[in-house]
Amino acid sequence: MTRPVYLVDGARTPFRKAQGKPGAFTPVDLAVQCGRPLLARQPFHSRALDLVILGCVNVIQDEMNPARVAALRLGLGAEMVAFTVQINCGSGMQSIDTAYRYVKDGSHDMILAGGAEALSHAPLVLRQSAVEWFGDMAQAKGPAAQAKAMAGLRPEFFKPVVGLERGLTDPITTLNMGQTAEVLAHRFGIDRKAADTYAMQSHRRLARAQKEGWLDEEVMPAFDEDGTVHDHDDGVRPDSDMAGLAKPKPAFERPYGKVTAGNASQITDGASWVIVASEAAVERHGLKPLARIVDSEWAALDPAVMGLAPVLAATPIAQRQKLALDDLDLWEINEAFAAQVLACVAAWDDEAFCREVLGLDGAFGRIDRDRLNIDGGAISMGHPVGASGNRIVLHLANALKRQGKTRGIATECIGGGLGGAMMLEVA
Amino acid sequence: MSGLKPGPVLKHLGQTKLELGPVGPGDGPWRRGEADGIVWLVFDRADTSVNTVSRDVIEALAAELNALERDTPRAVVIRSGKPAGFAAGADITGFDEMSVDGAADLLRQGHDVLDRLAALKCPTICVVHGAALGAGFEIALACDWRIAVEGASFAFPEVKLGLHPGLGGTFRLPALIDPTEAMTLMLTGKTAHTDKAKKLGIADVVTEERHVRAAVDAVVAGDVERNSRGLKARAFGIGYARTLAARQMRSETEKKAPKEQYPAPHALIDLWEEHGDDRGAMQKGEVESFANLLKTDTSKNLRRVFFLRQGLKDAARGDDGIAHVHVIGAGAMGAEIAAWAALKGKTVTLSDVELEPLGKAVKQAREVCKGQHLSGPETRDALDRLMPDPNGYGVARADLVIEAAPEKTELKEKIYAGLAERMKAGAVLTSNTSSLRLTDLRDGVADSSHFAGLHFFNPVSKMQLIEVVRHDGTDDDVIDRLAAFCGTIDRLPIRVTDYPGFLVNRALTPYLMEAMVLMDDGVEKEEIDAAAIKFGMPIGPVALSDQVGLDICLHVAESLKSNLEKPMPEISARLREKVEAGDTGKKAGQGFYDWSDGTPHPEATGNGPDDLTDRLILPMLDACVECLRKGVARNVDEVDGAMIFATGFAPFRGGPLHYASARGFDAVRDRLAELEDRHGPRFAPDPGWQDL
Repeated sequence: MTRPVYLVDGARTPFRKAQGKPGAFTPVDLAVQCGRPLLARQPFHSRALDLVILGCVNVIQDEMNPARVAALRLGLGAEMVAFTVQINCGSGMQSIDTAYRYVKDGSHDMILAGGAEALSHAPLVLRQSAVEWFGDMAQAKGPAAQAKAMAGLRPEFFKPVVGLERGLTDPITTLNMGQTAEVLAHRFGIDRKAADTYAMQSHRRLARAQKEGWLDEEVMPAFDEDGTVHDHDDGVRPDSDMAGLAKPKPAFERPYGKVTAGNASQITDGASWVIVASEAAVERHGLKPLARIVDSEWAALDPAVMGLAPVLAATPIAQRQKLALDDLDLWEINEAFAAQVLACVAAWDDEAFCREVLGLDGAFGRIDRDRLNIDGGAISMGHPVGASGNRIVLHLANALKRQGKTRGIATECIGGGLGGAMMLEVA
Repeated sequence: MSGLKPGPVLKHLGQTKLELGPVGPGDGPWRRGEADGIVWLVFDRADTSVNTVSRDVIEALAAELNALERDTPRAVVIRSGKPAGFAAGADITGFDEMSVDGAADLLRQGHDVLDRLAALKCPTICVVHGAALGAGFEIALACDWRIAVEGASFAFPEVKLGLHPGLGGTFRLPALIDPTEAMTLMLTGKTAHTDKAKKLGIADVVTEERHVRAAVDAVVAGDVERNSRGLKARAFGIGYARTLAARQMRSETEKKAPKEQYPAPHALIDLWEEHGDDRGAMQKGEVESFANLLKTDTSKNLRRVFFLRQGLKDAARGDDGIAHVHVIGAGAMGAEIAAWAALKGKTVTLSDVELEPLGKAVKQAREVCKGQHLSGPETRDALDRLMPDPNGYGVARADLVIEAAPEKTELKEKIYAGLAERMKAGAVLTSNTSSLRLTDLRDGVADSSHFAGLHFFNPVSKMQLIEVVRHDGTDDDVIDRLAAFCGTIDRLPIRVTDYPGFLVNRALTPYLMEAMVLMDDGVEKEEIDAAAIKFGMPIGPVALSDQVGLDICLHVAESLKSNLEKPMPEISARLREKVEAGDTGKKAGQGFYDWSDGTPHPEATGNGPDDLTDRLILPMLDACVECLRKGVARNVDEVDGAMIFATGFAPFRGGPLHYASARGFDAVRDRLAELEDRHGPRFAPDPGWQDL
């Protein structure tokens, strides 16, 4: 008999496009911006929380252990334990999963679990050769040695590398993330048109959700110190069309590649939190949970095809829970790349793949596009890596509730060859 | 101010204990202890949490010096035993008595004691934590060395009491640091915080409390270098250089504190110019000048203002039970109220129907923090505590709701109706209205016993007063909590009743309206404003109207005109025209003045009517008398305090009613009657004059 675990509520900031220089908010700023209203609308005092977990990949120097900094800045008190988790693009879901397991084992009652990322703050990094030169200079004793070290100075030392670029390259295969999507597009026959069509739908779906007010409870406006109000996901292009999407050249593998800036996720800043609670906490505080967290799974595969990871992570849940494709009402598959999402859909529909890789009797089936990422995704709103996993779980809960549906899975691929999945049922 | 409250561990550990060397508990004002040949004197007056320097403190110090002169130790350490700080200056409760007779003799005795301290043959070390003000600073200056504990500050605030330093500060500080910096500190009363004090050379060592013992040992061992003064001090040994500098100081001082109204800083400049190179003459001159200044009306009145502030502060004591404040309406006032409360440590939510003003409010809050010299982390914490709240989530969590919406009854009623179900039990609802009556608003409130007025003045970060307004159904306990709330956000409350314009606007409006009548009569606005400034107001009535906002002025004037029995000046047609045209004053960049280039500085033209000043000022006094008679405010002192701290009413005059009293109540009443004959019934003296 396992204890039920609830996803009570959650909120996120708007996801804001990186504009080529550090944005208004650091990761903790973002976490504070959406954490404050989320906590303010709860019927319990925020001291009733017993743990804070935050996913964050690119931690900045001023905010080591951003979870703790955020907890203190949110006024949760000196005694609030808080830690940061990192599993690259899955960090925001890892925080929920950790909370889920802690509550399930009975050791915790109510946990604030989030993800925060300010990709616009990714540092400029010195080249390794420049770092070595600095080291030689510092160690050089006496004028002769200094002059010798000085002579090693090269112009390229002053050309810093954008840290983000390196972060998006797999160190084992040396493939850029976009290249891993190209591999999948090739293996599953996803052409440029299919990817672009998917991307266009993502934009239109997000635009509709914004217009209909479906995100009003989920997205809290963020207010920066200069008085600017950031009130929506600004990567969205409501008038996105095929002609526009056909324009950009391949971003990673020119001239023949299929993956473009238009059909890949955008680089953005954002944060998201959910509150995970036990049944006792729900009763004690009279909470009305959005959903129950039923199951979760992590999976690993070859880094070169990391984009297929959702298939490997979600399928064991379906097997454990004895669910067929039709039993799952909604899916959130993080849109790292349109080709990558479509490759996942294709893999589940591929009998040989399902039998040999997933150990199913036949094809799992084809996920209906009307059940998949129904309000857009990272292609239209962006992918602040540490926050996205949190967002898809929160949005799945909200979408299930809005549509009066029963259950769904949120899942993501993770750079390096990992995947995470979480299953919810409406409470 | 860190945003983080201490947890159980830090609570258990308690505050860092003051390093008192070998000194144990005992009775003050000076406790003595000796170890390793070093004598520690701990300044710790009985029955008070703050040290002040009084006659008995000086006499007791003299007794300690007798012993130290007989049997001189390796070193003497002087510090305060009060966690609050070193010393808040002289005990000014004794000043009135002192000013009557014997001030000079008493000062000379004090000088003698500090001279003896300075002449001790061993190193003397003053350890300063918290503030060392006035006479406290002077004791520190009489020591050879000053160790500042991080957070220590030094200031000579005497000028704010119509005085200058009187226990040797005027020659000891210029001898220690750059004389122009020393004069600036004494002329402005500004504080030198720790870093500045180190930079100026006031503090030789800056350290944390935990290292005080080690710092003392280092000074005694000769391991600390003195923070020495530069060449500039020697340059001012030449009389000509001082004369040049003094001229500059005079013109700067005259702009902010005209000699006629504020003689003290000018007396100090004279003293320094004349005797800056002769310590003996400077000392003699300081004593005489201080004794003279004590007797001036300006000093007496400024000392009165000090006590008025104390009185209002005392009325703000108690527990407010308010941790979370929800402000409704992010206009200029609502935004600044929210910013101020957050800066002072409250959790604040600020709601508005639009997002844009909420964004602006955050920017405004950042400016307020900057104006208060908050550090980066302090600003971050204050802004973290201020949550823009477009969805109004804060209503359900707030202990206090402050409605600062536009002045429309129906709008406010609608807002109150929306709050009824959502506010916490026991939470207080207040309105920042300046022109509406609570009696007219309370019917729309769910629990009128928990409804009151909380009337702030603009800008909240500068104007210290808040009117705490009760209607006849407000709980006493609610009013006490609101007054205590004002105390916790470092503002001064005055308790008033629900009267048209309450106290301050009731008194101020006739002054503003009369200025407009005068303009309609052809008197230039510059002439009107200059007359008010000459009287001692910080800003003239026309410029003040622009600053308050002409729309608000018009609203208040109309409301008073229809609600008061007494006739008010006719509302100027030009005022209505300005408001209709959108030229609402400073906020619009254009009102009666053009504000696009900043604050106007009106020059007198010299062609106003003879009774100009009385026409402006006396109706204000009359309204104060009316408010007293009607019980709107409790007493003369609170009325005077309110007018000074809300409007800047000429502080050197001690408040409107004190000014009336100095001029003679009968004389003021007769003058009003005369103005009534000449200009109409709006000047008719209130019946309350005869009861004063």
